[in-house]
Amino acid sequence: MTAPVPTPQDAAVTPVVMAAVASDTNGAPITPVNVPRTGAPANPTAAVLASRFGAAVVRTEVVWGETTVFVTRDALHDVVQFLHDEPSERYDYLVDITAVEYRDGARPLEVVWHLRALGHRRFLRLKVELPKRGPLWVPSVIDIYSGADWLERECFDMFGIRFEGHPDLRRLLMWEQYKEGHPLRKDFPLRGRFSRAEQLKQALAADPEARYSMEELSIAEAFQSLPEDMKARLAERSAHGELEEGE
Amino acid sequence: MRRTIEVALGTSGLDAQGQPLRAPLVAQGSAAVSLERAPVLAPEPELKGDHMLINIGPQHPATHGVLRLVLELDGETVVRCIPHIGYLHCGFEKIGEYRQYNQIIPWTDREDYLNSPGNNVAFALGAERLFGVGMTDRTKVLRVILMELSRIISHLVWLGTTSVDIGAFTPFLWLYQERENVYNLLEAWVGARLTTTATRVGGMAADIPDGWLDGLKAFVKNFPKTLEESVRMLETNAIWAGRTVGLGAMSAQEAVNAGLSGPMLRASGVAYDVRKDFPYLDYETYDFDVPVGTQGDVYDRFLVRVEEMRQSVRILEQAIRRLPDGPVNIDDPRLILPPKHKATSEMESMIHHFKLVMEGPRPPAGECYVAVESPKGEKGYYFVSDGTSKPVRWRIRPPSFVNLSAIPKMVEGHLLSDVIAINASIDIVMGEIDR
Repeated sequence: MTAPVPTPQDAAVTPVVMAAVASDTNGAPITPVNVPRTGAPANPTAAVLASRFGAAVVRTEVVWGETTVFVTRDALHDVVQFLHDEPSERYDYLVDITAVEYRDGARPLEVVWHLRALGHRRFLRLKVELPKRGPLWVPSVIDIYSGADWLERECFDMFGIRFEGHPDLRRLLMWEQYKEGHPLRKDFPLRGRFSRAEQLKQALAADPEARYSMEELSIAEAFQSLPEDMKARLAERSAHGELEEGE
Repeated sequence: MRRTIEVALGTSGLDAQGQPLRAPLVAQGSAAVSLERAPVLAPEPELKGDHMLINIGPQHPATHGVLRLVLELDGETVVRCIPHIGYLHCGFEKIGEYRQYNQIIPWTDREDYLNSPGNNVAFALGAERLFGVGMTDRTKVLRVILMELSRIISHLVWLGTTSVDIGAFTPFLWLYQERENVYNLLEAWVGARLTTTATRVGGMAADIPDGWLDGLKAFVKNFPKTLEESVRMLETNAIWAGRTVGLGAMSAQEAVNAGLSGPMLRASGVAYDVRKDFPYLDYETYDFDVPVGTQGDVYDRFLVRVEEMRQSVRILEQAIRRLPDGPVNIDDPRLILPPKHKATSEMESMIHHFKLVMEGPRPPAGECYVAVESPKGEKGYYFVSDGTSKPVRWRIRPPSFVNLSAIPKMVEGHLLSDVIAINASIDIVMGEIDR
């Protein structure tokens, strides 16, 4: 194997610039240079969180100038609410919600929130560690950021992590009747769980015309106005492309 | 920014002769005419009938891809909108976990395929942060040129297709001609038009060929003329204004809370531009402005994107002036392949080449999130490495995914025909949304 690329820390000159708040003498943001892998100053928010939430903040890491705060699952919603509402923090922008599963099976799953304070020009990463044997759920932050809607649904779809409190936690990218599991989990093979033949069979059996969810039909009470044959197909399970056992 | 709509729309109604009133197409002078659209009237109670369910897509030309919208209509007014996505899902992030870093770059071409060079640059920036390496001065400027060219072509496609959606065909042809010129430039540089794969971790696929800058200079000189001609066709056009003003408005607070980014956010009055607020590629040393809208409606998004193209031309002019000589690849044998002639003649170089290709460069364990300002908004790549040559997680933060998720809020209460204009204004690329 080739040796890992040495980090700039090993090099002689490393002017330490924190990636999230790199700025010139007038305070204007600049492109960060020579960010060390570890040892850059942490985002000041991390210290605020540690003092306010105490044991709920598990630990803080700074990697490549980006601060990661690990919090417990129970405190996550309060932490995000605090970050959003506190005038001195004001993390008003939710960048992303995702999850990480490591190849090392012993490491817990991590759910990741990327937050930005647009006014303070700060960037913060929150993480919650979920042991794989335990229940996979975290609190939803959709009541704080409306933009969390699809991000949480996608994370649920891809990793099977439930966001408790999300009002409409359905699959997003995969179809609702998808039965192979959660594709971004490491135990999900790259080619899918089923054989190509089975996948093709399921795809052909899926009737796109019938793929109105019952929720959509009920919102307009339109079910009654559907043609009789479509109603009949919707009523039976095969309309959703689901196959009987052993079929 | 400037928002002077110098037309007045005709009021609906009949004149004394019983003929429909015509919209006066003449300019009304310098005073901006308020074009507040009358609030959508609730239907009369006795006319209220059953709600109707309308399905748009997934195969519909106005959805700009395979997007499916299920709309509940009360008369012609949208009461509820349920978007469905995922028809183009092909697991880019999953595939990325099975590829070396340089092997992922072709996938970035295909997610937001209107902005391929910009994605290549964004990926390279993220991977370089993860590897802890920098880039040469020449590469820095070349990447700025790539980013701004791809911003221009993406906005050109947006303006062209949106004008077709709303009923104007001429700007589409004019703008696509300019887009063709950019694609010719890209083809001359990297050999591909759409799927460029222009960058490598630590450098570029190739340096620009001789005389390429002359082509870029010609484009920078001629493009603004076409742009202004096309914009003149739309900016004060009564039909264009009538179909865009006041539609799909998002307040600044709503837009930030919904996570909108790019022109969608800036049209709502929030001057958040990754190039200014979290600079990369030395963007802070370029002189350009960030246009900001006031109303947050479709018309403002149009104005913001047009102004961004003008600013991109400014950046391109500065980049041409400052492009330094020198190598495009960093001098780091752990990342950069040896020259081909050495790899075929020297044993050590051949082994080096073989190991780099077969095993791949390995970054130290760590993680980073690097965001750039793509034409659609904040595009971020989040890498997690465990020290092997393939990422544990490669996450794309797709701007139009988050922008599209706010569409129910934007269309509800508007007319069915306005859904098309609002949807077009988001500038969605389904390849990026579904990944």
